[in-house]
Amino acid sequence: MVRPLGFLVGLGFITALVLAILTTPLKNEPNVAHEFHKHPKHLKLASDGILLPHWDKAQLQRGMQVYKEVCSACHSLHLVAFRDIADLGYTEGQIKTFAKGFQVPSINPDTGEPATRDGLPSDYFPSPYANEVAARAANNNALPPDLSLITKAREGGKDYVYSLLTGFQNPPANLPAELKPGTGLHYNPYFANLNLAMAPPLTEGQVTYADGTKATVDQMSKDVTAFLVWTAEPKLIKRIQVGYAVFFFLLIFTVLTYLSYRNIWADKKH
Amino acid sequence: MSFPWAKPYEPTHPLMKWMDEKLPIPRLVYNATGPGYPVPRNLNYFWNFGVLAGAALMIQIITGIVLAMHYAANADVAFNSVEHIMRDVNAGWFIRYAHMNGASMFFIVVYLHIFRGLYYGSYKAPREMVWLLGVVIFLLMMATAFMGYVLPWGQMSFWGAQVITGFFSAIPLVGEPVREWLLGGFVPDNATLNRFFSLHYLLPFVILGVIILHIWALHIPGSSNPTGIEVKDEQDTVPFHPYYTAKDGFGVGVFLLVFVALTFFSPNTLGHADNYIPANSLSTPAHIVPEWYFLPFYAILKAFTFNFLWIDAKLWGVIAMFASIALLFFLPWLDSSPIKSSNYRPLYRIFFWILVADVLLLGWCGMQPAEQPWVILSQLGAIYYFAHFLVILPIVSRIERPLPMPNSITEAVLAKHATDATSASATA
Repeated sequence: MVRPLGFLVGLGFITALVLAILTTPLKNEPNVAHEFHKHPKHLKLASDGILLPHWDKAQLQRGMQVYKEVCSACHSLHLVAFRDIADLGYTEGQIKTFAKGFQVPSINPDTGEPATRDGLPSDYFPSPYANEVAARAANNNALPPDLSLITKAREGGKDYVYSLLTGFQNPPANLPAELKPGTGLHYNPYFANLNLAMAPPLTEGQVTYADGTKATVDQMSKDVTAFLVWTAEPKLIKRIQVGYAVFFFLLIFTVLTYLSYRNIWADKKH
Repeated sequence: MSFPWAKPYEPTHPLMKWMDEKLPIPRLVYNATGPGYPVPRNLNYFWNFGVLAGAALMIQIITGIVLAMHYAANADVAFNSVEHIMRDVNAGWFIRYAHMNGASMFFIVVYLHIFRGLYYGSYKAPREMVWLLGVVIFLLMMATAFMGYVLPWGQMSFWGAQVITGFFSAIPLVGEPVREWLLGGFVPDNATLNRFFSLHYLLPFVILGVIILHIWALHIPGSSNPTGIEVKDEQDTVPFHPYYTAKDGFGVGVFLLVFVALTFFSPNTLGHADNYIPANSLSTPAHIVPEWYFLPFYAILKAFTFNFLWIDAKLWGVIAMFASIALLFFLPWLDSSPIKSSNYRPLYRIFFWILVADVLLLGWCGMQPAEQPWVILSQLGAIYYFAHFLVILPIVSRIERPLPMPNSITEAVLAKHATDATSASATA
């Protein structure tokens, strides 16, 4: 009974699928934006891979400077606290001073009125806008995303962020009119629909690095991307290091279990 | 419940004797996974995956209980509470990544366990009940994994919940009310997140219960083996302990090595970038894709693009997707061949490997956007999937001529060693 019924059900599904094949066009709708879209360029960082990766602290410090002086005008970093930047090689005193440079929202203890106070190491990087409406109002109705997780939250990760920052250019001459950037939009072939609300954020020499590194657009993009790799996963290096210890411990465990398995089965053909 | 030559449990220590009279748990363990359970001597490494699935479930339960201590099931804070675990909780990043990749490892070993069963005919009499309970476990796992993926409340969590609960709205008349009842609203929201968290915590223990039934049902006929020939006498078997505890110990070691490599060195490879963006009901991701372990079924869902008879394409897809799993319940009766192991089934073996390739193809197609050639490939893949179980298998099991079989497990083992010895002496 099961087999004849199953046979009929199977024929039903197969007929529906054959009809689906016959009625589905084999040609895709042409997607012009696809032709102009570019794959991200590869960015090599000290924190890459699993062969002894490390944080390049000088680069992360430069990257944080770029974030603070450029990106933070529009983008928040709300998952990162000032205390976290100890990872970047700052001392406790430096972190206190750094935090003090920010005003964070608070409450006047006498009146209960909203107020601000100096930042503490336990505070998080403050957001540039009070809320989403304010952010959109200031940005031609576009919402600048929070950057804390950005290198994990986009396909292509750090490569994508680096490519986007360095990818602003004039639209190619053969770009169809409907793909041309409208008012307030900027052409960038690394962005999914080619036109991005963010204006090119970096210009040559925009920041002055304390360590004397030349602040080219490419250099600043690399540095800030490296910083955003750290903000997305501050435990990345520790994770790899612990991983090695656990892996080698288990390797020894597995070799021992294999030897005991061979030993126990030695007299048994199987 | 066991073979007559099974070693009886004879406690010698007074405490163990006392315990045996009051609550014979040591006796149960001894007879289930100890020297009191005779197992065929010829099991290969594919028989490790049952124990590995159990290990994976225990890892999920333990890491999950710890995560629940720090996670907050509230739509406003769920996303940030996961990031709090990743950043501020001691070793929280490890617990969270272990849980996230533990789900993938669980599905990898369970898929290998299922395909082992398909190749060696483990679903056939006298083990039909073992197979049926296994399919129930698989369904419960899928429900649990789906609800777990919603909890971080990222974009894929939200839109995955939207799409998967949307399947129910394809049902005529009652579909939309059923969907709203499941979600606790018109779209996934706080009510959805709370109930999914509650069920995600409950279902693993239900799975644990069904696993106990699965093992109980297995222990009545005893384990199957690569020849598919039933155990005939004592020399066909070895006691589970120490023989298979040792072999499973080694298997667990290899499993943990793969698990650790994934968790520590590449924890986000099997995930999706969009789930690091907080859920936003106003912004739909460009491609909504489920976790990798659902992709073959997702491809079957999307393969139906034609309104056939009075059923529209969407409902066909939903019915077919559920049917693709439900048909596994009928497998013991779809395959009428008395031969269990594909080693002796020359024709079925070919179709088995086509099925493996087909499921991999469907998985690959499930990941792709709705464009050619992926649409036609998933349609062809879905045709083979249903044809394999509902048309080919019943016919093959009727017309196939099996290869000559050994008389017993021991004979098969000794014959294998004799040929190994001759080939060894020939080369020497």
